[in-house]
Amino acid sequence: MSQSYRTKNINSFLNKSKIINFKFNGESYLGYEGDTLASALIANGIHLVGRSFKYHRPRGFLGVGVEEPNAMVQLHEGDRSEPNIIATEVELVEGLIANSQNCWPSVKFDIGEVNNLLNRFFPAGFYYKTFMWPKSFWMKIYEPIIRRAAGMGVASLTPDPDRYEHNYEHCDVLVVGSGPSGLASALAAANNGAKVILAEDKAHFGGSLLTDEVMINNRPGTEWAEETIKHLKSLPNVILKNRSQVFGYYDHNMTVMFERVSDHIENPSKYAPRQRLHYIRAGEVIISTGSIERPLSFGNNDRPGIFLASAANEYMKIYETLVGKNPIIFTNNDTAYLSAIEFKKNNISPLVLDIRDSSSGDLVKEAQSLGIEVRFSSGVANTKGHLKVNKATIGKLNSSKDSFIDLEEINCDCICMSGGWTPTVHLSSQSGNKLKFDKNIDAFVPDKKKQKETTVGSANGSFTLKQSLEEGFQAGFDLSNLITLKNIKTEVPVSKESKTETHEKIWCMPLPDGENPKRFIDFQNDVAVSDVELAVREGFKSIEHIKRYTTLGMAGDQGKTSNLNGLQQVSNIQKKIVPEVGHTTFRPPYTPVTIGTIVGREVGNHFQPTRKTPTHKWHEENNAVYTNAGLWLRPRYYPRGNESMFEAVNREALNVRKNVGICDVTSLGKIDIKGPDSAELLNRVYTNAWMKLPIGKARYGVMLREDGMVFDDGTTTRLSENHFHMTTTTAQAANVLAHLEYYLQVVWPELKVNVVSSTEQFSGAAVAGPKSRDLMKKLFPNIDFSTENFPFMGVKDAEIVGVKAKIYRISFSGELAYEVNVDSNYGLFMWSEIIKAGEEFGIQPYGTEALATLRIEMGHVSGPELDGRAVPYDIGLHGMVSQKKDFIGKRSLEKLAYNDPERQTLVGLVPVDKKTKIPEGSHLVEDDKVKLPNPKLGHVSSSCWSVEYNNPFSIAVLKDGKNKIGKKLFAVAPLKNISILVEVVPPHYVDPKGERVRA
Amino acid sequence: MLEIKCPFCGKRSQNEFAYGGDATVKRPALGQEVSTKDWDDFVYFRDNPRGKHSELWHHISGCRQWFKVSRDTATHEIFKTVRLEEEL
Ligand SMILES: [Zn+2]
Repeated sequence: MSQSYRTKNINSFLNKSKIINFKFNGESYLGYEGDTLASALIANGIHLVGRSFKYHRPRGFLGVGVEEPNAMVQLHEGDRSEPNIIATEVELVEGLIANSQNCWPSVKFDIGEVNNLLNRFFPAGFYYKTFMWPKSFWMKIYEPIIRRAAGMGVASLTPDPDRYEHNYEHCDVLVVGSGPSGLASALAAANNGAKVILAEDKAHFGGSLLTDEVMINNRPGTEWAEETIKHLKSLPNVILKNRSQVFGYYDHNMTVMFERVSDHIENPSKYAPRQRLHYIRAGEVIISTGSIERPLSFGNNDRPGIFLASAANEYMKIYETLVGKNPIIFTNNDTAYLSAIEFKKNNISPLVLDIRDSSSGDLVKEAQSLGIEVRFSSGVANTKGHLKVNKATIGKLNSSKDSFIDLEEINCDCICMSGGWTPTVHLSSQSGNKLKFDKNIDAFVPDKKKQKETTVGSANGSFTLKQSLEEGFQAGFDLSNLITLKNIKTEVPVSKESKTETHEKIWCMPLPDGENPKRFIDFQNDVAVSDVELAVREGFKSIEHIKRYTTLGMAGDQGKTSNLNGLQQVSNIQKKIVPEVGHTTFRPPYTPVTIGTIVGREVGNHFQPTRKTPTHKWHEENNAVYTNAGLWLRPRYYPRGNESMFEAVNREALNVRKNVGICDVTSLGKIDIKGPDSAELLNRVYTNAWMKLPIGKARYGVMLREDGMVFDDGTTTRLSENHFHMTTTTAQAANVLAHLEYYLQVVWPELKVNVVSSTEQFSGAAVAGPKSRDLMKKLFPNIDFSTENFPFMGVKDAEIVGVKAKIYRISFSGELAYEVNVDSNYGLFMWSEIIKAGEEFGIQPYGTEALATLRIEMGHVSGPELDGRAVPYDIGLHGMVSQKKDFIGKRSLEKLAYNDPERQTLVGLVPVDKKTKIPEGSHLVEDDKVKLPNPKLGHVSSSCWSVEYNNPFSIAVLKDGKNKIGKKLFAVAPLKNISILVEVVPPHYVDPKGERVRA
Repeated sequence: MLEIKCPFCGKRSQNEFAYGGDATVKRPALGQEVSTKDWDDFVYFRDNPRGKHSELWHHISGCRQWFKVSRDTATHEIFKTVRLEEEL
């Protein structure tokens, strides 16, 4: 039965010369270029696609585009496998593989279908009611069962091999949707000189013009559409994007659109992304998103083979596909007759059941004149057919249309239903537009706008072609003219269309006597009329509550086909009119968007920038293991041979203590400060005094936030009277710069100072250890390195083999140390020169681990101690706080709590067994056996293996720490079940008097 | 995403900027006696109005200038952006 459901009529959209092979549920099928997965399956007579979410009922296709709630498939296999893809949105491509989801073991025999037989146990709010108690059952019993039973598709566990891109666009007018009103808007705006983007979700531009039988300027609507698109394409100020869905509308006219770039191409270009996300900032947005047909509710209206009438029409006209050969058309309005007529043109005689008592609309008359049987005051009560509809119970309605007079069962292979049209107001609602109810069309339309957006055409409830064109041309001209002021008007073409009569306000059929079949409203979330009735009966009044209790209109579908039928049902029961019931909020995305598209290129190494120092190549060649310090890659340690990290770190640290080591300190933040008030600025941002710092001298400084907490520390050097070089920690570099800019620009604009980051301009190497002076003498033979001439905190200009350098005698390791800075371009050169000259002194590079060991042994505070919760006193920095001057945060230090005599302070800890390492973050307690909560006295901030004493050593903040030296406490880490007896010692474990740095 | 007009660079997307809080807060002058209440008001307490709000923004990925913005906190409408020395 290969493609036996193709129409006799042909069109220009399918390319029948290109046959495409694809697989569905393991079977091979054929389709044509231009098909969607949906149209190709239907052409092959395949209607059973998947199982429904809650009851596992067999489901097929309802629609033909984004409105499709049922036909979700698992697409592709392996690392490209993708769940929950709407089959109507998938263009057929050679070798496509699709599978049903939400069914087990197969779509035809699904075990979960017992849910359907037991459906009286799955009413609205079922999950809430059943699984409330006992709480402990949730994790172990209920949740796994629900997940297994309610699982949708399965995400691939391997990385996505495809590439996705982000793009930023700006335009004067964005037109969303290329139906008649969208084309009119784009044409009018473009002719008036505006920069226009026209976005169309489908592969073809034209919207309803491609399927409606209308005339524009005395030619078929399709021809006008084609001509208009050709003209727009020729204009340099227009971007046309098909396969592009605008799915989100955010503040300040920022809209987001995703484009399916390569999905439909058999062998996509290596250089093209799979999908692209466009951020479009538009001056004006014209929403011409059209409308979606409303389903009707009747018994078992969810069987495969039951379609929207417009979908059946589009399958025939665009995809040359018949949704059936023995159709029933069931409608409450005129537009469904288009499908009836199209069937007839393909020599198929449908039966039309019209809820109305009569209609003399043009289409109705045409259908009758073609010999199509039309029964008025009639409807469908129920259907039969396990995996596809094969019978319908139909009958005449009584005069009040709340029961059937007589019923008969007839054969059919499809039912095409129409409950009128719902304007697609999702985007205008997302923009903040309040909606209003239009009782002529029984639907919500945009009302008061919040942003620069205008809705036209059927999205605005204007269902005639004439109105759509007029609104489109008007909006396109008016809005573009606000921007271009060119006053170039485009003439509105003459249009001709069928006259229609009004619809009947009935969307739900009465139940047949003595039967209680489910009448579905929301197909995706399996919500039936009875669920809404139950929710209202149980006291839910607000539509937002009913939505959540029944799940009506939620998730990926966003109520595209179900929203109004749900509201109508609630209003029927509550005996209200729909606008009194109100409506729920539409949220982005309008249609599901792949995670890959949202993420774009920001995956793996591109997740964030990687910053490498100029010396990186050397580290690489010398076996460095890296750590991330902010965005920087810093060598953590340099293992030799089979060394473990522990061994390597101890070797590196010990070599600094005994000989000399070199450490790449380029990543430290550097800020160049210039201007006559530079010293004054430093005096205000640091806690200590700066006015009298001599030229050529460095000083250590501590900065606070206004709340008194330590913000950052570092050394700053006076290079000349009005020129300073500040260093910050690697982590706070950007924040310190922003902090200085804030005070200079906002708080003290009278200060004449300029600050600029110079982190990237200089490459730095710390040379530390007792032999560092000898090495420096060798490198800089013209400089006198005696302490008298070059004391601790001194600074000298120098040259290293002809390259200008600055030498700072500063130390983080606590050893005699120098830091050499050169222009970044010479960073690697300087490093190599130092290594070469240092060989005879036993120089070794050391990484951040050894650096940490050295500073912890010396009791120097760093990031773990400067955690934003410490005032200077807490971490032994109170000596740095000037009593004589004011500075940022000083007033906060007067707070009573910050002067509590028992306040925590910095201490050292040594395990009593001298062996057990103390995990960072451990809490300090008096007794590790008492009943919880055990009062916490402090916490361990940094831990290392002391290379000086060859035992573990930690620093910690401890309540009343200075009076606890010599005391024994427990360091506990309850999650790891660790308790270690520790002795409190002074934090300066090595060289407590600081003699080495001054040597 | 908001579109903010930097008084120096022109209209740019929000992701180039950092928010800097209430623009009407004045830091007490240095070296002056400040009551605990006044100091706490300055450090901790901010109004959280629904509607028009004068605030500071920093063009952090641009010219690095701080400037003042008048914005509606409910609708995000931006009425005006000015340099620090100008009145909103
Ligand atoms: Zn700027």
